[in-house]
Amino acid sequence: MVYSVQEGLLFAILALGVFITFRCLNFPDLTVDGSFPMGAAVFAFMAHSGFGPVYGIIVAIIGGALAGLFTGFLHTFSKIPALLSGILTMICLYSINLRIMGRPNISLSEFLGHRTVFTILRDTFTGYPEMYLRLTFLLGLIIFLKVMLDMFLHTEIGLAIRATGDNETLVEAQGINPDRIKLIGISVSNALVALCGAMFAQFQGFVDINMGIGMVIAGLASVIVGEVLLRGRTIFVITIQVILGAIVYRMATAIALNWGYHIGFKPFDLKLFTGLLVIIILSFPVFKAKLRRVR
Amino acid sequence: MLRLQNINKYFARNTPDERRALKNLTFTVEDGDFITIVGSNGAGKTTLLNIVSGSYLPDTGRVILAGKDVTQLPAYRRAKYMGRVFQNTFQGTASSLTLEENFAIAFRKGKPRGLRLAINDPMRQKFREKLTEVGLGLEERLRDRVGLLSGGQRQAVALLMATIGDPKLLLLDEHTANLDPKTAKKILELSETLIREEQLTALMITHDLEDALNFGNRTLMMDEGEIVLDISGEERKRLTIAELLDRFSERRHKKFATDRVLLSSDR
Ligand SMILES: Nc1ncnc2c1ncn2[C@@H]1O[C@H](COP(=O)(O)OP(=O)(O)OP(=O)(O)O)[C@@H](O)[C@H]1O
Ligand SMILES: [Mg+2]
Repeated sequence: MVYSVQEGLLFAILALGVFITFRCLNFPDLTVDGSFPMGAAVFAFMAHSGFGPVYGIIVAIIGGALAGLFTGFLHTFSKIPALLSGILTMICLYSINLRIMGRPNISLSEFLGHRTVFTILRDTFTGYPEMYLRLTFLLGLIIFLKVMLDMFLHTEIGLAIRATGDNETLVEAQGINPDRIKLIGISVSNALVALCGAMFAQFQGFVDINMGIGMVIAGLASVIVGEVLLRGRTIFVITIQVILGAIVYRMATAIALNWGYHIGFKPFDLKLFTGLLVIIILSFPVFKAKLRRVR
Repeated sequence: MLRLQNINKYFARNTPDERRALKNLTFTVEDGDFITIVGSNGAGKTTLLNIVSGSYLPDTGRVILAGKDVTQLPAYRRAKYMGRVFQNTFQGTASSLTLEENFAIAFRKGKPRGLRLAINDPMRQKFREKLTEVGLGLEERLRDRVGLLSGGQRQAVALLMATIGDPKLLLLDEHTANLDPKTAKKILELSETLIREEQLTALMITHDLEDALNFGNRTLMMDEGEIVLDISGEERKRLTIAELLDRFSERRHKKFATDRVLLSSDR
């Protein structure tokens, strides 16, 4: 359970990114499946080139932002529909990520001298149980990111991002270039996603070219599970709800795997579980309306 | 103030569905004009406002605003000159944002936007004062989401947002058509007050012929993409609705008829 809470806190970073595009900008951005492994790949590349984890993380964030920018340009400049723009970037990133990594999977191993924030943490605070060190660190990180994002969404640009997803006509009438706002929003979102990828690479100690598959749906699942849990009105509450959603979603998948184990559920069935979860939650309002009519 | 020259606007051009929404339209708006625009359904009134605002670019012709040719400028780059309120009461505001957030967006119209916090206390104070003047009790609801307000309240907010930041031109597209008569009257009066106090030039589309003649200083009547009548001054003061309709029939050899136009006898 503590493990899934850790995972939840970690993937909450990605969920916050998905929240920016899907909910604030109303831009269903599928870049995520490419920018997540990109963050991990960039981190691994930096580690193998002998850089410390902080550098790896910074370059990963920049990489994610650029990936988002690319999707944004496809959409705003080339007028390619949102979904297709994301898929195109995602598919391009698959090859780019392989280029960055040099091979389909890389391990980040202490024996090779690769340091991660987690090994640094363990070496600095000797005597504390590693599990709780990680937990505390991830909790601190997500709270920091949450506060930063809350502030960002209350700045002039942040407000413009939220308004663009709500009413583009109004935004234009108020002298805002919606294209510019979309570029900013999608970049920030993917920067977060890549950061999540870089953290996850360190967390599990290896990077796999396929680790991004289904990440956007996992992120969306977290966002909507959060919406079921809290239904916040203010950004302050909504970002908490996204983080909670991510944690609950990870716990739910862990439980599903545990239970499912006895009926032959395999780890690779997880994507099916996630897909069904999202489908059920999204279809729920329709069923409810139907039921009410029947009565 | 504003000049449109030989504007043509087509929709679905070069297809079997081609529509010519504006036909060689030319007219000039003087500083301080408050022009009401009437016309049958599909006459091209909304298209005309969209050309002025930059939401649509014309196929031919030029748009000259305050001495500058803005024909090719996108809407967001003309925005600081104008404010706009629409018929749909959800179109003039962002419903998922709070009242004060909506105002804050309007507050920086025409200025660069950066990473400053969008709202501060002096601003809030200003918003509250503006809302108090309107007298709809909205000054206590600054932190409510606009989606929770009534249509009339939303339209009042949209009007205030449209007039924040010294625009020169106010574009109103049947902005009271979806409101109940009492609220419509209030919003119309608020519009007039704002136009007078802020010394705005205004274009107002309406389906109510009585309002069209009672408000403003000049009335345009449109039909099939053309301006059929352009009446102002003494002539307009004496004009009755019946005479207006007669003049229209004379020109177009048909009756001015739409399902939505209110004649005074309908009241
Ligand atoms: N986006 C569009 N695509 C295709 N045709 C359009 C579009 N907008 C307007 N038209 C057509 O252009 C013509 C003028 O429409 P417009 O909306 O300007 O009329 P209007 O005078 O505002 O009418 P109403 O009183 O119904 O609002 C109509 O024939 C309409 O069908
Ligand atoms: Mg119209």
